[in-house]
Amino acid sequence: MSRLLEGIIEAFTLIIQFDPYLWQIIILSLQVSGGAVALSTLTGVPLGAFLGLKPAGRTRFISKVLYTFMGLPPVVAGLVIYLLISRSGPFGVLGLLFSPAAMVIAQFTLATPIIAGLTMVGIRSRGKEVQETARTLGANRLLTAWTVIRESRFAIFGAIVTGFGRVIAEVGAVMIVGGNIEGHTRVMTSAIVLETSKGHFELAIGLGLTLLVISFLINSLLYYLQGGGENSGWK
Amino acid sequence: MSLFKIGKGRNCLSVLASAALILMLLFSLLMGAGCSQEAVVPEAGGENGEEIGAEGGAGEDEFIILSTTTSTYDSGLLDYLLPVFKEKTGIEVRVVSQGTGQALETGKRGDADVLLVHDRAAELELVEEGFFTDRHDVCYNDFIILGAPEDPANVKEADNAVEVLSRIAENEEIFISRGDDSGTHRRELATWDEAGISERGEWYKSIGQGMADTLRMADELHGYTMSDRGTYLSLKDTLDLEILFEGDPVLFNQYGVMAVSSEKHPHIKYEQAKKFVDFLVSDEGQEMIASFKIGDDPLFFPGKGVE
Repeated sequence: MSRLLEGIIEAFTLIIQFDPYLWQIIILSLQVSGGAVALSTLTGVPLGAFLGLKPAGRTRFISKVLYTFMGLPPVVAGLVIYLLISRSGPFGVLGLLFSPAAMVIAQFTLATPIIAGLTMVGIRSRGKEVQETARTLGANRLLTAWTVIRESRFAIFGAIVTGFGRVIAEVGAVMIVGGNIEGHTRVMTSAIVLETSKGHFELAIGLGLTLLVISFLINSLLYYLQGGGENSGWK
Repeated sequence: MSLFKIGKGRNCLSVLASAALILMLLFSLLMGAGCSQEAVVPEAGGENGEEIGAEGGAGEDEFIILSTTTSTYDSGLLDYLLPVFKEKTGIEVRVVSQGTGQALETGKRGDADVLLVHDRAAELELVEEGFFTDRHDVCYNDFIILGAPEDPANVKEADNAVEVLSRIAENEEIFISRGDDSGTHRRELATWDEAGISERGEWYKSIGQGMADTLRMADELHGYTMSDRGTYLSLKDTLDLEILFEGDPVLFNQYGVMAVSSEKHPHIKYEQAKKFVDFLVSDEGQEMIASFKIGDDPLFFPGKGVE
């Protein structure tokens, strides 16, 4: 118990004093997960929108696949990406293993199905209605698509935030493809694993607290967005 | 409808605009941080790009990947050696710490440039097969048997390592095994074989984790375990475990360094890897290893020990 208390006090000191080791890890985590989610958004939202506007019956199989990949265990994603980008694998010439880029690829693989799947569900719930209205009012296809996405923005924001929350908290994939190299591919979750094993609990707790704060901010945003969706959304 | 749309549009625009603004701010912040972070790297090599170029190939992104065992990493030896190596050569060493089995596999696949591991027989075999070159004995220490101070299986009284394991098995006391195909795990399995104990029950826990995790679990469960001396000494302050048995020649632990063969994997940075090998076996490297201590205890002894 005293160790936990000491750890928490020490952790706060490290955060407030801008301990370079701690902050470098936090920044790298945000860069990797932020980059992965940005790429996932660019692919997942159009994909989800496309699927959401199709009749549910025609996309049944794709939906099932998408839902399966939404629950893809990070270690499995990590293993597959590892085998693909290892020097002895098909994409070995790129030399990506044990680099932040490898971690972005792995997290992209995890976040894209989530963003696409949740976007699809969000758009399906009211996209048809919006689409028909926009068409009736004389919008062309592009404008119709944009209107649908805009009117489903709360669901889409929710999807993006959920994807980010998922990848910032995962450890399995980044550990395998990143290698947890200090100052290069060590992120918050893999650092917590290492520091716990070394008995440096104060650092582990500091990183844990930071993760919790980030998670709180993300969920506040999500709550706000969904609340906003209910209050002023399309009824 | 149109009224509704205008009101909605403004609302939507402001939400989008503020979201975009926040994102932009966040990204510029991150990018800025990223740049300043990367700017630190070349500083060690030279002051700007031209100078680095003039140094003859010591580019700002010059680095090698070292695949090593958890025992050299967790003990802090590398944190002590690598900054000196970087200062001398400008080469950054990126450390991936794995069990010896996994480290050897990483090297065989060409995903690392140089290895520092401890399974001498397997290392020599792989050098023979052409996967690695320039293998040298770097340092050694020994394996020790640790357990709770109460020592319920009374292994303190044992004459050799085989007897220690036999006593643990007879009393069915908890034994925590690395179970990760590391050098330590391989040695532990060999010792069980020598003791003729192939059936191990519930009391034997194979956890598939690094040395530090294994020690921590043995500590929490009041079990026995086998560890390299270096890692134990570096974690001693946070553990209640005690050394209960040591000194049997079968517990000798030799570390070796070797470069990945550039014939098998042409992309390997052999030149830089060779510099790292040379550094470890140089007089300076060996002296540094000898002077690396926790308290008064040296963790590793330089060179090649007795077989």
